[in-house]
Amino acid sequence: MRVQGKGLIDRSQPVRFSFDGRGIVGFKGDTVASALLANGVRLMGRSFKYHRPRGVMTMGSEEPNALITTGRGAARTPNVRATVQEVSDGLEVRSQNAWPSLDMDLLGLNDLMAPFFSAGFYYKTFMWPQKFWERLYEPMIRRAAGLGALSMENDTAPMEKAFAHCDLLVIGSGPAGLMAALTAGRAGADVILCEDEAHFGGRLRSEAEEVGAMPGSVWVDEVLFELGQMDNVRLMPRTTVTGAYDGGTYGALERVGLHLENPDLLPLECFWRIAARRAILASGALERPVAFANNDRPGVMMASAVRGYLHRYGVLAGQRVAVFGNNDDAHRTARDLAAAGVDVAALVDSRPDARVAGWNAGDFPIYTGARVVDTKGRKGLTGVTVQTQSGLQVMDVDCLAISGGWNPTLHLACHMNGRPVWDEARQAFLPRPNMVPGLEAAGAASGVFSTHGALTSGMESAKNALQAIGRKVISSDAPRAEDTPFAIAPLWHCEGGKGRAWLDFQNDVTVKDVKLAALENYASVEHMKRFTTQGMAPDQGKNSNVNALAILADATGRGIPETGTTTYRPPFIPVSIAAMGAGARGKGFAPERFTTSYKAATEARAPMIEAGLWYRPSYFPAAGERSWRESCDREVSMVRHAVGVCDVSTLGKIDIQGKDAAEFLDFVYTNTFSTLRPGRVRYGLMLREDGHVMDDGTTARFGENHFVMTTTTAAAGQVMAHLEFVAQVLRPDWDVHLVSATEQWAQFAVAGPKSRALLNAVLDQPLDPEAWPFMACGAVSVAGVAGRLFRISFSGEHAYELAVPARYGEGLWRLLLSQAAAFGGGPYGMEALNVLRIEKGFITHAEIHGRVTADDIGMGRMVSASKDCIGKAAASRPGLSGAEREQLVGLKPVGAVRQLTAGAHLFNEGEAPVRENDQGYVTSVGFSPTLGTMLGLGFLKNGRARHGETVRLVDHVRNVEAVCEVCGPVFFDPEGGRVRG
Amino acid sequence: MANLVEMTPCRGMEPVTIGTVTLSEVLPGRITSLSPRKTASRDVLKQGHGMAFPAPNRATGKAGARAIWSGRDQAMLVGPTPAPELAEAFAMTDQSDAWAILRLEGAGWRDVLARLTPLDLREGVFKRGHTARSQLGHMNMSLTRTGRDVVEIMVFRSMAETAVHELTGAMTGLAARG
Repeated sequence: MRVQGKGLIDRSQPVRFSFDGRGIVGFKGDTVASALLANGVRLMGRSFKYHRPRGVMTMGSEEPNALITTGRGAARTPNVRATVQEVSDGLEVRSQNAWPSLDMDLLGLNDLMAPFFSAGFYYKTFMWPQKFWERLYEPMIRRAAGLGALSMENDTAPMEKAFAHCDLLVIGSGPAGLMAALTAGRAGADVILCEDEAHFGGRLRSEAEEVGAMPGSVWVDEVLFELGQMDNVRLMPRTTVTGAYDGGTYGALERVGLHLENPDLLPLECFWRIAARRAILASGALERPVAFANNDRPGVMMASAVRGYLHRYGVLAGQRVAVFGNNDDAHRTARDLAAAGVDVAALVDSRPDARVAGWNAGDFPIYTGARVVDTKGRKGLTGVTVQTQSGLQVMDVDCLAISGGWNPTLHLACHMNGRPVWDEARQAFLPRPNMVPGLEAAGAASGVFSTHGALTSGMESAKNALQAIGRKVISSDAPRAEDTPFAIAPLWHCEGGKGRAWLDFQNDVTVKDVKLAALENYASVEHMKRFTTQGMAPDQGKNSNVNALAILADATGRGIPETGTTTYRPPFIPVSIAAMGAGARGKGFAPERFTTSYKAATEARAPMIEAGLWYRPSYFPAAGERSWRESCDREVSMVRHAVGVCDVSTLGKIDIQGKDAAEFLDFVYTNTFSTLRPGRVRYGLMLREDGHVMDDGTTARFGENHFVMTTTTAAAGQVMAHLEFVAQVLRPDWDVHLVSATEQWAQFAVAGPKSRALLNAVLDQPLDPEAWPFMACGAVSVAGVAGRLFRISFSGEHAYELAVPARYGEGLWRLLLSQAAAFGGGPYGMEALNVLRIEKGFITHAEIHGRVTADDIGMGRMVSASKDCIGKAAASRPGLSGAEREQLVGLKPVGAVRQLTAGAHLFNEGEAPVRENDQGYVTSVGFSPTLGTMLGLGFLKNGRARHGETVRLVDHVRNVEAVCEVCGPVFFDPEGGRVRG
Repeated sequence: MANLVEMTPCRGMEPVTIGTVTLSEVLPGRITSLSPRKTASRDVLKQGHGMAFPAPNRATGKAGARAIWSGRDQAMLVGPTPAPELAEAFAMTDQSDAWAILRLEGAGWRDVLARLTPLDLREGVFKRGHTARSQLGHMNMSLTRTGRDVVEIMVFRSMAETAVHELTGAMTGLAARG
């Protein structure tokens, strides 16, 4: 029901939405909760465990009961708080956790079984038999208990992540936050003001109060107008600061389009990371309930929410209202309702000495020293039982407004593990100074509960912040406003009624559960939390934590300060994973690196494989080929008999210059480079400091002081970082200049007996065989473009690598392929490249995987005896070389099974294939069309001495067993005649 | 003699305008990495090209010829062919084809980049002539402010497509807010 003339909604703009299929009309500015209340809907959800009928309790993001689901299909969003969701035309809202319907929920049977479902019940009952837990009990419990469900569809709606920077972050826009933002904004500081609701103003929009001789909401509008004019102030509505982190960084979740029925191109949410030099926590306070029997019926609401719905939305939460509290603040609800003409059945104050200011005889009855002890009404409140000084009295009411006091919203201040301090006078935990460096609490969040106090405190906090960042403070006074002292007497639980007294409404935890925890000796508040699940729901116990620990304190005979709070952790509100992972969905997971031949390769229908971030062609299917193996076999034979072209641009290229460059290479490589002649290339092996192999590759010398190092694709970044470390830290005295040139050059391998013929078809000058022996390098000209040529080979064939500046890469690739056909050649991919190198026993990072030494791979002699190098000392330690280690070997199938698998383990014949008998493992396998058999590379204990033996290959994962002959790792052309040919 | 087709890093991308911001590819001419030799003076750059060797996080020169700091003892000379006398003072490597350069121009450039980089780009913090090595989404970039509402972004050539995708995505989300 609406009251005429009240509320900040726009009554000229009706909004139509649906709740469980029923049409509801609200107004612009309504939330789903306010619109439902205005239409007389009190039952909004079913509780988590017992399926108790529940209605809205609060009007903010702390709401425990009124959880709804919005949207349909992939766009479905569960567990939206009806108090936060703004209404919009066409919005579909559904209730949760009820079957078949909210009104007739059969799972409400759980409520009758309640005696069996007390705290700890699951742990005790479903322990045995053990395997029933996963298969039966847990699924059963999960089906009956719960919140909203995800659609299980892939929601592809856009999400955003963003960064912001400011001098001062103000969290919350009530009187304290607005005053802080205004003070800092006027002083010229960069201010970000975050408000979790759609409108700024906080309680000033929910109370009938004056600020500076004008209605509170008008003052809010004036301040907002001024802030809006300032370039240095950024206003962020619908943005909840969710966490405080190191170095003045705060997380915040902004609802951008999520609250709209049709967000279109708008991102649903934006997850902000805000770096602030200072921050002011002006997040206000949350009113807490009081526990008594059946205090969870729809119609039982927080006192501040009842008057808030009246002032902000013009909505009456009930026709006949009782107000119950232990503090003066509750009186305002009774007064405001009476002033609006609502029938106030009673103001019940638990304090015998309570005085109600501004009350006139005849306004409403007052019961001091009285308590509400029970309620009635199954799906909506119909009455309350009050224990007065003269006995029990039953009152017919449809709304009960309760206030057990206020808990400052200090969560963010505790996010870095600071603990708040108990304040006896306010009966509340308050933040201590500097719990989060640079963050100061102001207003109600710091325990200042009057409006004038909040305005002053916000202003003072801003001045402190301005001083801290070295800005001039413009002195001013806070406007006049209400400044009533806060008076309260502790009240946590009213006994006397029949039925459970609820503490945690979202997770269905009662006073009895907490007392049981204490009885079972879960006396620590952290243990109580885990035993009862109090505070573990999505609301994280925002309106139950303090009540529960107060009950625990009582049950264990300790005080509240000794009992303490549980740990406050981010996020303050539930944050969708989609928002935190924004931009990283699908291909956004990592950048894609494309070579210059990528487009031509995809045109040739080459499937791509990922090598780090690079996309490289796996194979180039020819007409009629039905499997990758057919293509791979053909490509291998093509290279062995004619010529193949392969894009090798992904290999790391590091330009090394300086007069100490040669000495530098001698230091990082195991072998010697200072003796390399300009115009020549040498293979090099690089160790880590710990003596294990880091990488291998070739390095070309272009001049006395100029080298170009090639790394593997996989280790390009690691090697670059390693070289920088050596140059900057180990030998800063050397004149060495390092820069990556990987991206500058497109480089193509041209391999096969006809490689020289193909090159001569594209080079401006034919190659002089005398001038281009194996391992030569130098400048060449391709169609007038200056390029580089290296006569190196990863296939064992007569081969070259031709490099041109990347802008010509695609052109050169197409030119090479157009010429290759005439020689019976064509492109080859990673599969063929792999088979070619296995046939030759060339290693990749499958072999140099980080745990092998130079000796293990048969390159012990490459560690020069005549000079030092990185890793040499460590590699010479006992145990890093010799017969007891697994050494690189070749493997050929010789039994009935001809298949080899990488990852399989090796065992001696006749021994059980178990861990204790492990002799080694297989690192690379491939089918060699050249030799007509599968080939493998692997590591075998004392392998070099065991050539000719047979071992048993066992792949326990793929269930493959094969007998293999151990041989040298070079299967094809061991003399290397072809590469020099 | 055959002719090799030239391809720009963004494959000849046309400028894209979404909302208040325009993204376009810059073809800079030559890019040369400069690494000062230990014993030589960096002032040679001033004699050769009229600009100082940039301090960390700074760029010198002007449109068409800029020196952009790019790391410890390293800058990129963007635009001109390096004068011969530079070889005395710097180890130089041709990087003309290694980088994609994207210009982001228009009132909303800061808001676009706020979605992709953690850098503090506020007016008084990241001024004209400032440069930074940072991240653009998941990739490394060099960012230089070249005008009031203009920045130039350098990313690895191989990642140009992803960079354009990320930037236009951020521009689209920003423009949708109106």
